Amino acid sequence: MGRRGPRRWQALLWLGPSLTLIAAVVVYPAIALVSASLSRYSITGVYQGSVGTRNYARLLEQQALPAVVANTAVWVTAVVAVTILISLALAQLLNERFPGRRLVRWALIVPWAASLIVTAKLFAWIYDYYFGILNRALISLHVIAEPIDWLGDDATVMGAMIAVGIFVSLPFTTYVLLAGLQAIPGEVYEAARVDGASGWRRYRSVTLPLLRPALLVATVLNVIYVFNSFPIVWTLNDRNPGFAHDTMITYMYKIAFKSALRDVGLAGALGVVNVLVILLAVVVYLSTVTWREAEA
Amino acid sequence: MKKAALSGAGLVLALVILSPYLVMVLTALKPESELRITPPRLTPVRWQPANFVAVLTDPDFQTWLRVSLVVALASTVIVVVAATPAAYYTARYRFRGRSAFLLLVLITQMFSPVALVVGLYRQFFALDLVNTYASLILTNAAFTLAFAIWILRAFFASIPREIEEAAAVDGCGKLRALVQVVLPLSLPAMVTVVIFSFIAAWNEYVVALTLMTDPSRKPLTVGITSYVTAYVQHWNHLFTASVIAIVPVVVLFALIERHLVGGLTAGSVK
Repeated sequence: MGRRGPRRWQALLWLGPSLTLIAAVVVYPAIALVSASLSRYSITGVYQGSVGTRNYARLLEQQALPAVVANTAVWVTAVVAVTILISLALAQLLNERFPGRRLVRWALIVPWAASLIVTAKLFAWIYDYYFGILNRALISLHVIAEPIDWLGDDATVMGAMIAVGIFVSLPFTTYVLLAGLQAIPGEVYEAARVDGASGWRRYRSVTLPLLRPALLVATVLNVIYVFNSFPIVWTLNDRNPGFAHDTMITYMYKIAFKSALRDVGLAGALGVVNVLVILLAVVVYLSTVTWREAEA
Repeated sequence: MKKAALSGAGLVLALVILSPYLVMVLTALKPESELRITPPRLTPVRWQPANFVAVLTDPDFQTWLRVSLVVALASTVIVVVAATPAAYYTARYRFRGRSAFLLLVLITQMFSPVALVVGLYRQFFALDLVNTYASLILTNAAFTLAFAIWILRAFFASIPREIEEAAAVDGCGKLRALVQVVLPLSLPAMVTVVIFSFIAAWNEYVVALTLMTDPSRKPLTVGITSYVTAYVQHWNHLFTASVIAIVPVVVLFALIERHLVGGLTAGSVK
């Protein structure tokens, strides 16, 4: 496309505002994060010199770490897996024409559009031991005999958080899978019907393989979103002392900003680990999607 | 018959999804005295819509609302101003570094600010920008930029080049072609970007929680949580404020629903 020299400067001009913003608020903080992980700070945040990789060594010595890593694995795996399964059914439903379909689409918008902190607070209230409506409903239905302290009992708190995580992940996932379903041409089904394939066979041998790209995208993006998720665990777990139910993200936040700890160096080391986990997921994402940059 | 079954399933599903928000609205309409009764009731005994007046006239709530509006509007303006030229140039021209730039944009989209929050805090602390609107506005803008670039870029690419070439014959430069010819055609994409950026900033929590410790600088998401703390438990006011905060956002979101998937999956689902 012609002239090259001036074009490069021109590109800088047009991309300049975006590049500046990314450099100032994404790249620079990433560098600040790495540098924090290699430094020591006073509890009030004053820099006290470099410590090399000592924060990383200290991170590995933290007693809470194994449980936090295990929680993160359980949280991400359970939320993403169940979300995908339910969303497959929801997308299938929304792909049909029936009276009231718009109502379902609108209902699905609400947990997506509402701020996560609002939904998290709402569930903290619904799960409340004394005054929450969940225990009341389950007791009336004779599912349980005694109220359960959903958010205070070590046996139930992770499950309660996972349920909310699934609830808020459904809309996006369903919409992605629905877009995938709508991209499958009708003739494919016609052909399968002519061949005499039954409903479930048709779904397994025709729909699912063609839905693979959408499933991959939904899975990898959800892994990233759920790993990064903060407000749900932060809110629903806020009564419990210690780190027994924290994920790597909320544990990092507590180390950095909870008044009693305020260990910026240690939090920085965990922050770097978190960033590496996300980068790994991004690499997986890039290798699964067809990177369509070349078009246009 | 099949349609009736589908409608029935759809109705049940809609109810299940909305039921928590029904609890929210009903709690928002309860008087304080009905919050702590056992066994709890779903509906108020005495309906108290005056909670909405109480919250709307609460000076603290008015402060949070103002902060949220300022932050969300300013961040939206920055997103549009930064994303538009980048989206246009990458949609129309090939140049060295284009792939690298788009890759960088994609990576920023995968990062939520919480992953970088320790670095963000160190940076704004060093620049003495903690508790400033600028810190929150810039952070919100940077993390919605990617979505805006994908949406606008796809839309610009769908506009035939000939229209701009005609403008070029008239002696229009690239910038004037963009502003006078392309942008007026791009209204639907622009609306999607504006609404999405506004909502993203409006709903943001963790950066605001970290950077805005001054009570007069807290946005709604952080502010409303002070209705329920270890010392006071005004759940009704928390949910009244929540209803006020989310109803406009849900309506706006419904308007752009159809365009969201494309922007969030960066053109990989067709």
